[in-house]
Amino acid sequence: MELVTPSIGLVFWTTISFICLLILLRKFAWKPILGAIHEREQSIDEALNKAELAKQEMARLTSQNQDLMQQARAERDEILKEAKTLKDGILNEAKKQAQVEGAKLIEKAKIEIENQKKAALAEVKDQVSSLSLEIAERVLRTQLDDKTKQEALVANLLKDVELN
Amino acid sequence: MDCNQVLVSKVKKVIVVFTLLIAFLSIKIDTFAQADSAVVPVDSAVAKTAEAVSGEHGAVEHDEKKFEPTEVIMEHIADSHMWHLWGHTSLPLPVILYTNGGLEVLSSGNFHHGEHDYTGKYNTYRLEEDHVKVVGADGKIDEEASVLDFSITKNVAAMFVAILVILIVFISVAGAYKKRVGKAPKGLQSFIEPIVIFVRDDIAKPNIGHKYAKFMPYLLTTFFFILFNNIFGLIPIFPGGANVTGNIALTFVMALGTMIIVNINGNKYYWKHIFKPDVPLWLYPIMIPVELIGIISKPFALMIRLFANITAGHIIVLSLISLIFIFETLAIAPVSVAFVLFMDVLELLVAFLQAFIFTLLTALFIGMAVEEHH
Repeated sequence: MELVTPSIGLVFWTTISFICLLILLRKFAWKPILGAIHEREQSIDEALNKAELAKQEMARLTSQNQDLMQQARAERDEILKEAKTLKDGILNEAKKQAQVEGAKLIEKAKIEIENQKKAALAEVKDQVSSLSLEIAERVLRTQLDDKTKQEALVANLLKDVELN
Repeated sequence: MDCNQVLVSKVKKVIVVFTLLIAFLSIKIDTFAQADSAVVPVDSAVAKTAEAVSGEHGAVEHDEKKFEPTEVIMEHIADSHMWHLWGHTSLPLPVILYTNGGLEVLSSGNFHHGEHDYTGKYNTYRLEEDHVKVVGADGKIDEEASVLDFSITKNVAAMFVAILVILIVFISVAGAYKKRVGKAPKGLQSFIEPIVIFVRDDIAKPNIGHKYAKFMPYLLTTFFFILFNNIFGLIPIFPGGANVTGNIALTFVMALGTMIIVNINGNKYYWKHIFKPDVPLWLYPIMIPVELIGIISKPFALMIRLFANITAGHIIVLSLISLIFIFETLAIAPVSVAFVLFMDVLELLVAFLQAFIFTLLTALFIGMAVEEHH
């Protein structure tokens, strides 16, 4: 029976010391501990939220980057294509022009050759005529050395004139 | 539940505690052996040990050959004016008496284990079965004399030690929080924090609801006060070994605290539930007394539960140790020690469990008292 009879002394001391313990711990232990835990939990929550936001931002940026890349690639392809067509055009143009130019040159050359040929021919003709004149003069001179022959020629010439 | 998590994550520390327990157990046996050689030179080792223990536990039993386990165990379970250290050495504790004459303070060493009477300012006192009694003029105990015993007994002293340890631990942990603001817990802090969070998230919040913050100091103090006293009770040597939480006076105060907190914070719904329950009017004569009894019976159950659990644990451990002296053979010692080890481990669980249950039920009762009905 003694075991289940609370003794006044222990009740008294337990009451006093428990109340003291409660007051002391509340002021010096529970307040700072619970406060710090609460604060830390909040900061962790905040950090997690921020991380989530950063992740979303990151994803957004990545997709944006991807878009930009795609766009850039398309643009590059476009430019390349354009460049190619331009190059082809220029080449063709150049070729054509070259052909035309060549043809012109050939034409000119032909004309030149013709002219040269004509000039050469004319010169040749001149030379031939003067040569033949000279030859004729010399022939005539030799033939007309004596008087009789001269008189015969004149008579001949006069005969012709008379005919006219 | 989180309880498991806490236990699992601290397995290391628990192992350390187990190791310490084993160490303490071996010391306990050592103490017996020492007392053994110091007390009587007898022929058989068995008889020696048996007598040594009876000598150790009760100074009066010197002549007795027979070992009385009940006596020894009850003496350990009950409170005492001396704090037994080892062999024949006990720590005398202050005796504070409130007599009809006034306050009287003396040392329990004056009684010489009850062999001498002590004459104080107002009366002559005698220590009989560890109770201070007034001795009348005729040399017999005066049962009529009213004397209130406010002594610092073994339990009070052990409680003070536990309180000191609690204060040191928690104030240093609080200091660590102030020093390491916003950082991860470290050392003792990381051992205490999961328990504090466990009390908050698994005991207070689900049972009390959003008003839990107001009750946190009480719940935490109750939890750690019971836990530390339970654990100190498991340590067989000084400054542990006192059956503090297994004493009805302490559990009475704790339960009374819960009852006061619950009823002070009871809102109108709580009182309406007691005095105007939703039952037909003719049931009121039954319901109201039942509800009123309920106010008392809830904390009463708390009181008995803690007291009985801890006392039972102490009794089992002591009984198992007593087996050695009942069988009067050292051969039983390994069996006893093995069982005691098992029981101590179980008691360690019970120490946590009872602290948890007391706090949980307190939170539950508070929750019932502050609950808002819609």
